[in-house]
Amino acid sequence: MDEPNLDAMDLMLSGESGTGTQIAAEIIAALAKVFDANGFVSIKSSQISGVSFKNIGEAGLEFLESLRAGGARSRVMATLNPCGLDLDAWQELGFSESFYLNQKRVIDAYGGLGIDATCTCTPYLWENCPGFGEHVAWSESSAISYVNSVIGAKTNREGGPAALAAALTGYTGNYGLHLDENRVPGVIVNINCPVESYFDFGTIGLMLGKQIGKDVPFITGLDSNVCTPENLRQLGAAMAASGAVALYHVEEVTPEARVMAALIKNGDITPSTIEIDAIEGMKDALPANMEGDGGAPIDLVFLGCPHYSRQEVLDVLEQLRGKDLKATIWIATARRFKQELLEDAQAMADLDPRVKIISDTCIVVCPIDELGITSVVTNSGKAFFYLENNEHLAVLYRDTNTCIDAAISGIVAITGEEGLHAQD
Amino acid sequence: MFTDKALSFYGGIDPGTGKILERGHPLQGISITGKILIFPEAKGSTVGSWTLLQMKKNGTAPLAIINRSCEPIVATGVIMARIPCVDKVDIMLLKNSSKITIHDDEIITDS
Repeated sequence: MDEPNLDAMDLMLSGESGTGTQIAAEIIAALAKVFDANGFVSIKSSQISGVSFKNIGEAGLEFLESLRAGGARSRVMATLNPCGLDLDAWQELGFSESFYLNQKRVIDAYGGLGIDATCTCTPYLWENCPGFGEHVAWSESSAISYVNSVIGAKTNREGGPAALAAALTGYTGNYGLHLDENRVPGVIVNINCPVESYFDFGTIGLMLGKQIGKDVPFITGLDSNVCTPENLRQLGAAMAASGAVALYHVEEVTPEARVMAALIKNGDITPSTIEIDAIEGMKDALPANMEGDGGAPIDLVFLGCPHYSRQEVLDVLEQLRGKDLKATIWIATARRFKQELLEDAQAMADLDPRVKIISDTCIVVCPIDELGITSVVTNSGKAFFYLENNEHLAVLYRDTNTCIDAAISGIVAITGEEGLHAQD
Repeated sequence: MFTDKALSFYGGIDPGTGKILERGHPLQGISITGKILIFPEAKGSTVGSWTLLQMKKNGTAPLAIINRSCEPIVATGVIMARIPCVDKVDIMLLKNSSKITIHDDEIITDS
């Protein structure tokens, strides 16, 4: 154990730094005990979920306000996960004022703790981007997967409050994925079928998450040319949603894969093996009263789970330019990218008013039932996974082009047993 | 209440009623409120910790949790919500117990 860290934690646990920091330290210490941590490590940054009022409610708000009243304040770079609405355009999108005010209370409570009110699940695309090998404490499952796997930073799958406690103390327990021995693969996944599009990566991610649970996979058979940051983001988000995969390695792609390949080759580790010979489609999630003939009328097309980069939003805008839309389309991104695009007359030229670039929120955490939306199509495996349990909603999962066509036509063909599988 | 399948607190459970929503889960439609809930581990979104805190305030939380392998969702959620939790338990031994008492970290069954 690192003595200075022990001293710092002891000081916080004693209450010297105030009761808010003390509570945060208690959470860190308790987690360290649960996980038999090898002391504590100081962290470079934190990313905190539990931002939507819908998710945390009055109970969560009371908890945050008690921390602030107790003098706690973030000691590292810390950003927030998406909240329940777009903090700028909430009225235009149909959110109620009472919901906005409650959400604002939550954001302000975090702000009072010194936490940046940037609400995005992809902060690594700009200001909150860790480096290879750095210890961080993140809590958005898709972001954890991305920074562990694609960047090679080290974070456990923190609960939102644990990431908050890490921000308020500057420490987390030294256990789990902070230790190199726990970053080795437990399962080799051999993919023996073509995986080419954003949609394919999401679909195979949903399949793998269900099979792998929380194990670390070493994935072979993916063409490195299609392992773009966007596609890997989609793969990791889906595996983290349908399973609990916090770290994956892709042969010849991700930064730790070479070391892991050597361990496997030398017989230092002996993972089990899964063979994937075909991509299975996902069944449409339809309310009981909706028949499968003809097509499903679409209220909302949702793109941007996880939040799109500026370029991804621009690519969609290009496809929609000059088109009349029959369905509203939300393209979700970080607030900075939204603002840049909205101020760019060329980017915004000749677009139907139903095209909405949204920030701070996403369809998974906003109160979708209150907006009168009854049918959604998305290109996100993660969003589909979380929405399909909503019994009031028809939820269809399709490739990006089908989603864009749905915004134009207002309709998506229903396939009955399985979702469509088409090229992006 | 026992299940050998992982539970998703965020999205998989209704914090208003305490009922399990996840389609196809063996406990789908059943309330976990006031129960000693035995399951292997949590899965899904890490927002689930807040769900446990909300359930505590709503009065829909489980009385206690017994896990084969606590992960961060449950480990943090139970500290915030002050829900008793016992970890690293061979839960299959408890599958058919009719009565379970938790005293500190000790589990006492009468089956």
